[in-house]
Amino acid sequence: MIRGTRWTTLLAAGILAAGIAIPNMAQTQAQTRLATVYAITHAKIFTLAGAPIDDGTIIFRDGKIAAVGAKAEIPADAQVIDATGLQAYPGLFDSLSQMGLSEVAAVSSTVDSTETGDFNPDVVAAEAVHPASEHIPVTRAAGITHALAVPGSGGFDSGRDSGVITGQASAIHLAGWTMEEMLISKSVAMGLDWPTIETRTFDLSTFSRKDKPYAEAKKEYEKKLDELADWLERARHYAQALEKGSAARFDRDVKLEALVPVVHGELPVLVFASRARDIRNAVEFCEKQKLRMVLAGGDEAARVKDLLKARGIPVILGPVQNAPAREDDPYDQPMAQPAELSAAGVKIAFASFDNSFARRLGQQAAVAVAYGLPYDEALKAVTLYPAQIFGLDRELGTLEPGKLANLIVTNGDPLELTTELRFLFIKGQLTSLENKHTRLYDKYRNRPKP
Amino acid sequence: MSCFVNRTLKRTKTQPAMPLANRSAARTLLAAGLLFFSACAVHAAPPDAAPVILIRNATLLTVSHGTIEHGSVLIRDGKIAAVGQKIEAPAGAQVIDATGQFLMPGIIDCHSHIAIEGGVNEGSVSVSSIADVAEVIDPDDMDIYYDLAGGVTSSNILHGSANAIGGQTILIKLRWGQPADRLPFEGALPGIKFALGENPKRSNFSFPGAPKRYPATRMGVEEVIRAAFTEARDYKKKLDDYNRRLKAGEKDLIAPRTDLRLEPLVEVLEGKRYVHAHSYRADEIVMLLRVAREFGFKVRTFQHVLEGYKVADEIAASGASASTFSDWWGYKMEAYDAIPYNAALMTHRGVLVSINSDSGQEAAHLNQEAAKTMKYGGLSEEEALKLITLNPAIQLGVEKRVGSIDPGKDADLVLFNHHPLSAYAVAQMTFIDGRIYFDRQRDIAGRATLQKEKDALIEKEKKVAAAKEKSAEKKPEEKKSDEKPKPSSAGSAKGGAQ
Repeated sequence: MIRGTRWTTLLAAGILAAGIAIPNMAQTQAQTRLATVYAITHAKIFTLAGAPIDDGTIIFRDGKIAAVGAKAEIPADAQVIDATGLQAYPGLFDSLSQMGLSEVAAVSSTVDSTETGDFNPDVVAAEAVHPASEHIPVTRAAGITHALAVPGSGGFDSGRDSGVITGQASAIHLAGWTMEEMLISKSVAMGLDWPTIETRTFDLSTFSRKDKPYAEAKKEYEKKLDELADWLERARHYAQALEKGSAARFDRDVKLEALVPVVHGELPVLVFASRARDIRNAVEFCEKQKLRMVLAGGDEAARVKDLLKARGIPVILGPVQNAPAREDDPYDQPMAQPAELSAAGVKIAFASFDNSFARRLGQQAAVAVAYGLPYDEALKAVTLYPAQIFGLDRELGTLEPGKLANLIVTNGDPLELTTELRFLFIKGQLTSLENKHTRLYDKYRNRPKP
Repeated sequence: MSCFVNRTLKRTKTQPAMPLANRSAARTLLAAGLLFFSACAVHAAPPDAAPVILIRNATLLTVSHGTIEHGSVLIRDGKIAAVGQKIEAPAGAQVIDATGQFLMPGIIDCHSHIAIEGGVNEGSVSVSSIADVAEVIDPDDMDIYYDLAGGVTSSNILHGSANAIGGQTILIKLRWGQPADRLPFEGALPGIKFALGENPKRSNFSFPGAPKRYPATRMGVEEVIRAAFTEARDYKKKLDDYNRRLKAGEKDLIAPRTDLRLEPLVEVLEGKRYVHAHSYRADEIVMLLRVAREFGFKVRTFQHVLEGYKVADEIAASGASASTFSDWWGYKMEAYDAIPYNAALMTHRGVLVSINSDSGQEAAHLNQEAAKTMKYGGLSEEEALKLITLNPAIQLGVEKRVGSIDPGKDADLVLFNHHPLSAYAVAQMTFIDGRIYFDRQRDIAGRATLQKEKDALIEKEKKVAAAKEKSAEKKPEEKKSDEKPKPSSAGSAKGGAQ
């Protein structure tokens, strides 16, 4: 976004940032208790690794699940939480978000979601995630215990200029005083905003529509793809040089270095693409380049479901409560698409692509159920599947011994709108559900009558 | 734009009047043709004569007098004729068996910008009261159908928020398939949009190269409103004087020159036009109440009113009401203190509250948004349902016509397959004036026919293109029409006046 009044914006935001945007650290004290041993008893446990346990116990120690079952023995040093009448689930995973990268979307000085330039493989989300962001406690109060912070995932300021390679996505716990405490994995995917052939664009500098001939738009598109292929080619050469131990013979290149795991197929590319044609092009490109592809967005993914299934490409879906991708699509196309993809055998996960709307994650999954997605699949699409997609399923995604104790205890279905969250654990720590919104609510509902 | 759904959402939040470039891109000749056919095939307007319908054995969420299990509603002449457990179907009545389903009053969206594509904002001046959204009603806007499919029956169509005093507004019924002049809600008082804070002072965007428009601060916003009402008061005095002298029989009088800009403001002073004031921060809400007191007019609704919870007592005492979002926050500075408890807290403090959409997509699940107030602030089911039915009806002055399931009211109803305060509920049928304007089963059944028509059209288009290519082979660099892309999801971003 180009602004005419950048100076005043900066100045105003600078003043505000001092007082508002950076929360007082004292406020977040008492947010967590020291890690200890917990036993949650008499809960209905949805492990997502088998049938639910009607009256079960979960034991966790030092942040990891030690035992789950109908007859788990309670250690003497455990803090016991009687969850009679309550239900336990793995914590929800928002698998594509701007968490910690953006505070107030319209105030550019509070937004770090999108770097300038087209090729930024070396930038890493975790380096900029703000542990004291007010969005983090607000989001976890919705049962979301961990998230993927993704560069180039949007933000008011990104506009069309999110580049091609947007940077490395980081998996983070939604609690912690520093990034070291929050970090699950610094790099789980490389963002790739798939270039599109756009003959009609909106020019913000003149606030008007711009048309260009198809041939010109296509040329621009092809140029970007050539550049992308060139980056990958150079990364391959760089990788070969590294393997042969000859790196000392030339300058270290941090951008190419960051692309090495991508060209080796170790780090997936998280490809943002919407239209069927773009998705097809991206799939073809990734196959040719031998990249591991995860599709993000995918407004029209169901149109290419067979291709996605055949290539084993999973899809991270954005909010489903949206207008149809095309005006002559059925009115419920976005809501019904998850069911269609799932039925075709495509692995899906839901994500917010946002920060302030992240707490609608469960709602999106529930709506997909209303339009045909099996309930179990919906639940897994916000827990286990995203963990599998990003290679984190050894630590997260189900309630099984050895996994991180990121879990929630609710009074009902965690996807339903009116369900209340009772307890939330991150890395085995009982974590406060208090947040900016509960604090303001308490303050103003106690305001004396004027 | 790009592939990020939320990116487009974000953009609409702070940018009134962004022309929807992609929408128009979608309207290639071919697409327009398809639209036309689809409109005819599935979404044809119901017949003019309202049938007699009995909806039988539903859970009736009346909103005004509790829940009736295994209840029936008889519809006659477009009105609710009877409500109860034992209603026999009159001879010739169409009977809808709603066993296991939930019937509630049609949803009323107190803040919408659908059906006025491209007509949301007259942003050139700070007082645009001369502009009227009623002049640009587009009955073919697909958002009408999308919202109907979510159970919405009436929408308050507002001008955007680019100006301290914005354009004139109109309440419509979502009579999909009817011509534009059949959409307005008969007899409903018109309104005018005011806007306070970041949007009218244009904090979040500017037109590069364009001169700065007054106001640029909240101080200036207040002054724009005061100045306009000072003028309107003088104008009204002139008109009143003239009318009095005319009545007294004076001859050779010259009528005051008509001022189209001030006329709507005079109507506000006379209580003939509602003020719907876009607002965020508590201080600006109280500011407008001060100005309203000074000039002797009422604020009918504060819209958005995200910090309304901070000054709920002041709003309640003024007699103004509040129409807010469920859980939006943090997208701009003045939304940073927004809380999802807003609706419930204001309700508990005696403010009449509704939950609105401000977006064609959000409107399609207002039932879910209302449900959130049960979790955030502990409203009862009935209180939650009122936020999207009876309360907005009262706010818009049409509670005698709509907003609850009561005999004598318009048969504006929606049938859900589950309790509408659940995320698993899907609207099955939407009635307006006793006619079925949306029927999920019929929509689904019609899709195969549409696909056939579409395929036939594409075939035809291809033949025409092939013939053209043959006849003009000397111009090989010419682009092929079927390669022309439609830009991605940004086209779906609507609303845009938050």
